[in-house]
Amino acid sequence: LFFSLFFDHNLFDLKSEKMKQLSTKVTSNGHGQDSSYFLGWEEYEKNPYDEIKNPNGMIQMGLAENQLCFDLIESWLAKNPDAASLKRNGQSIFKELALFQDYHGMPEFKKAMAEFMEEIRGNRVTFNPKKIVLAAGSTSANETLMFCLAEPGDAFLLPTPYYPGFDRDLKWRTGAEIVPIHCSSSNGFQITESALQQAYQQAHKLGLKVKGVLVTNPSNPLGTALTRRELNLLVDFITSKNIHLISDEIYSGTMFGFEQFISVMDVLKDKKLENTDVTKRVHVVYSLSKDLGLPGFRVGAIYSNDDMIVSAATKMSSFGLVSSQTQYLLSALLSDKKFTSQYLEENQKRLKSRQKRLVSGLESAGITCLRSNAGLFCWVDMRHLLDTNTFEAELDLWKKIVYNVKLNISPGSSCHCTEPGWFRVCFANMSEDTLDLALKRLKTFVESTDCGRMISRSSHERLKSLRKKTVSNWVFRVSWSDRVPDER
Amino acid sequence: MGSLIKSGGVSGAILSRIATNDQHGENSEYFDGWKAYDKDPFHLSRNPHGIIQMGLAENQLCLDLIKDWIKENPKASVCTPEGVYQFSDIANFQDYHGLKEFRQAIANFMGKARGGRVTFDPERIVMSGGATGANETIMFCLADPGDVFLVPSPYYAAFDRDLRWRTGVEIVPVHCSSSNNFKLTVEAVEWAYKKAVQSNKNVKGLLFTNPSNPLGTILDKDTLKNLVRFVTRNNIHLVVDEIYAATVFAGENFASVAEVVKDLDSSEVNVDLIHIVYSLSKDMGLPGFRVGIVYSYNDSVVSCARKMSSFGLVSSQTQFMLASMLSDDSFVDNFLMESSKRLGIRHGVFTLGLKKADINCLISTAGLFVWMDLRHLLRVRNSFESEIELWHIIIDKVKLNVSPGSSFQCTEPGWFRVCFANMDDDTLHVALRRIQDFVSKNSNKTAEKASDNDQLIQNNNAKKQKWKQSNLRLSFRRLYEDGLSSPGIMSPHSPLLRT
Repeated sequence: LFFSLFFDHNLFDLKSEKMKQLSTKVTSNGHGQDSSYFLGWEEYEKNPYDEIKNPNGMIQMGLAENQLCFDLIESWLAKNPDAASLKRNGQSIFKELALFQDYHGMPEFKKAMAEFMEEIRGNRVTFNPKKIVLAAGSTSANETLMFCLAEPGDAFLLPTPYYPGFDRDLKWRTGAEIVPIHCSSSNGFQITESALQQAYQQAHKLGLKVKGVLVTNPSNPLGTALTRRELNLLVDFITSKNIHLISDEIYSGTMFGFEQFISVMDVLKDKKLENTDVTKRVHVVYSLSKDLGLPGFRVGAIYSNDDMIVSAATKMSSFGLVSSQTQYLLSALLSDKKFTSQYLEENQKRLKSRQKRLVSGLESAGITCLRSNAGLFCWVDMRHLLDTNTFEAELDLWKKIVYNVKLNISPGSSCHCTEPGWFRVCFANMSEDTLDLALKRLKTFVESTDCGRMISRSSHERLKSLRKKTVSNWVFRVSWSDRVPDER
Repeated sequence: MGSLIKSGGVSGAILSRIATNDQHGENSEYFDGWKAYDKDPFHLSRNPHGIIQMGLAENQLCLDLIKDWIKENPKASVCTPEGVYQFSDIANFQDYHGLKEFRQAIANFMGKARGGRVTFDPERIVMSGGATGANETIMFCLADPGDVFLVPSPYYAAFDRDLRWRTGVEIVPVHCSSSNNFKLTVEAVEWAYKKAVQSNKNVKGLLFTNPSNPLGTILDKDTLKNLVRFVTRNNIHLVVDEIYAATVFAGENFASVAEVVKDLDSSEVNVDLIHIVYSLSKDMGLPGFRVGIVYSYNDSVVSCARKMSSFGLVSSQTQFMLASMLSDDSFVDNFLMESSKRLGIRHGVFTLGLKKADINCLISTAGLFVWMDLRHLLRVRNSFESEIELWHIIIDKVKLNVSPGSSFQCTEPGWFRVCFANMDDDTLHVALRRIQDFVSKNSNKTAEKASDNDQLIQNNNAKKQKWKQSNLRLSFRRLYEDGLSSPGIMSPHSPLLRT
């Protein structure tokens, strides 16, 4: 016994010695990748669905990818051989591209990006290409902005639920903190003034200096665009507190609802705040990963009216420049206005039809979602399937869905949601047939679960209370849909 | 210099320190030459009197080989008709492990660049945003703010940004000197280490570029072995930036630290301390494609660096193309051989041309540049002010952008890094002619006297050399005085303004 204790003790010492040699970034798990969000991915990797080769495998519904419009890009490539083969006017520009590492980025590319961003916003606002800083995806863009705006220990306020990757992107290497702005299902998870103030005060209680607010608009994971009311609220809030506002508009081109996408830039213009100090504190983050479905190409951007930030961020972009061959290809693609307008319209159409398919499929399984008008996913309400109104129950349900139903979806807790029972389910990263299969599996599961629960509950009391619970849920859902405000 | 930046109104007050300090180092003189070049860039036909860029360590000598390969292999591009069937899969691929074929191809290339003397494990290959991203990432993995890394000087100027700016890590230089041809010795490292530890600094490791930038020299295998033993004994990390590995054109084979790890007994090397940074920017001349690699023998570091690679993944479009190119063994073998040959020829032509102007360089067998000795041309010996004066003369009168040794933290004034692989043959000859013309014009008076004393030349060689040099110094003095009165030379950040 003594020997084994001695042996283990030594091993422990050795391991902690080894770890002491490395930085705290290695030894902590600030990367956040032990969260369930990423564990679901790992399970998927072990047993991925394939229509022919693995029809009983796990269907990936936890990945917010846009796979619906590759054909449009592919046909553009077929018609534009120059861009495809690194040529300009028939002449090879390979050498120029091979050597181009200017961190200011390719002017033609930034111009094309600026115009694309304008087009998405109905050309109501303008973007100056000189204020665009390129980055290796919005992952890098968000981290770079944090390095520019926050000291280690400073805080940014984020409405919950939020994208799980923010824990890594905003906090890990920067040392910044996130303080949540709690949003609840009682009003469709909209941001309220009191929630903002509460978060601000909470930061102070924790001794943290608040440097700004960061929102994703349209929201991940909600799939809803911020209302004008919320945007006004945010701009007023940062004005009064003299802090920054970062608007991650990575999903701006996925807006498929009847409403137009309202950007924070629209609000600044409408409030006549251009050329004021406030505008200098509002920054937009963008990327082509979701709208164009090109996450592999690593194209992100920061847009800021503050010259110092543009200057600092430009220098920092050295750590993650966009590959020159990618810049060239996409500058040609996005400069083709005929292509971009056709693409945006078709993209929205297909996303809308896909979302409808998911929503109606879920409804037939007795499951509702937050009514969404954007994004590549729905925010699904499975509270009625929880054994108890707890996060433990949510995790239990999630494990059942992952391991038994073989669907990888993202539990709300991984998105820091304050209410158990919500899940993000993606719909644009698979074929229609696969989506239908996923919905069928889910329906089967739900029906079996209800049955199962009924059978296992022998007590009359429990049966009664269960029925009551189910009925009140239905009642709740029906009355909620009546209350949906016009703007959403 | 900080106050210049902070005067930005309300928002200036609420940006981070990192955003408003000048720790990015871009206000250094290193960039002044670039700015001068940008205003008046040389072009053989369009601007033949412009400034020739010799401050950019690019490798343009073998791009034709790569261009031809791409033309002959349309399937390697996901955008051509032949390759577009792969487009959606590749465009969608953002897995931070990287394409398996890409990692295998990189491992293959890295091994071949080291003459097949070592093999690399594709599972340890982690992507980053160029070597710039790789160096920063490895710092984030190995050190906390305030920790120290020892870096032999002269070193790549941008290390100040890459290793320190956002990481908060400190660099303590290990000064190397011309007395032993700037060779890095274990004794020098040991001394710097002890000194740092005595001043209560937390030294986390040693980092250096091998082959060296700016020296162009390679470290001999024995010294490398001893350095590996040293870091192991003291339990600190060793990061070797091998970005110039395939630019060796002469002399001994390049000994990668990977070879040493293979050769040494496990009692002599703790592999958890050994890390390699790599990139295709120099060996292949593809800086625009942003291919950086972190290669570590430490599993925790591989895992952490891989998660961090999300901040600087290689574009999947680029991964796909290079996976195909670098697994083409006949292409790679031919490329490496041809590249080495062309670099050797270029280096030979350039150093010979410099010799004609009585200018010597540190003997080097690798790199895209030479470490040029202009100490004899300094107005005041051993003066950095004189070095900067001389540098401005070279930019404004000789019209070449070269990099002064002080920008590399060199402790001896008078050395300059001059790049030779980032231009075509014609431009190189123009540059050499300018140097030769300039040097001879300023020693014209001495030349006539020399030809009259043919028979005495050999006996009096040493005397004349000294005379020529002192005359050169005198004529440079004239130029210095001219320079001081001409407003064009003074950049707002010139140290001369402070004296």
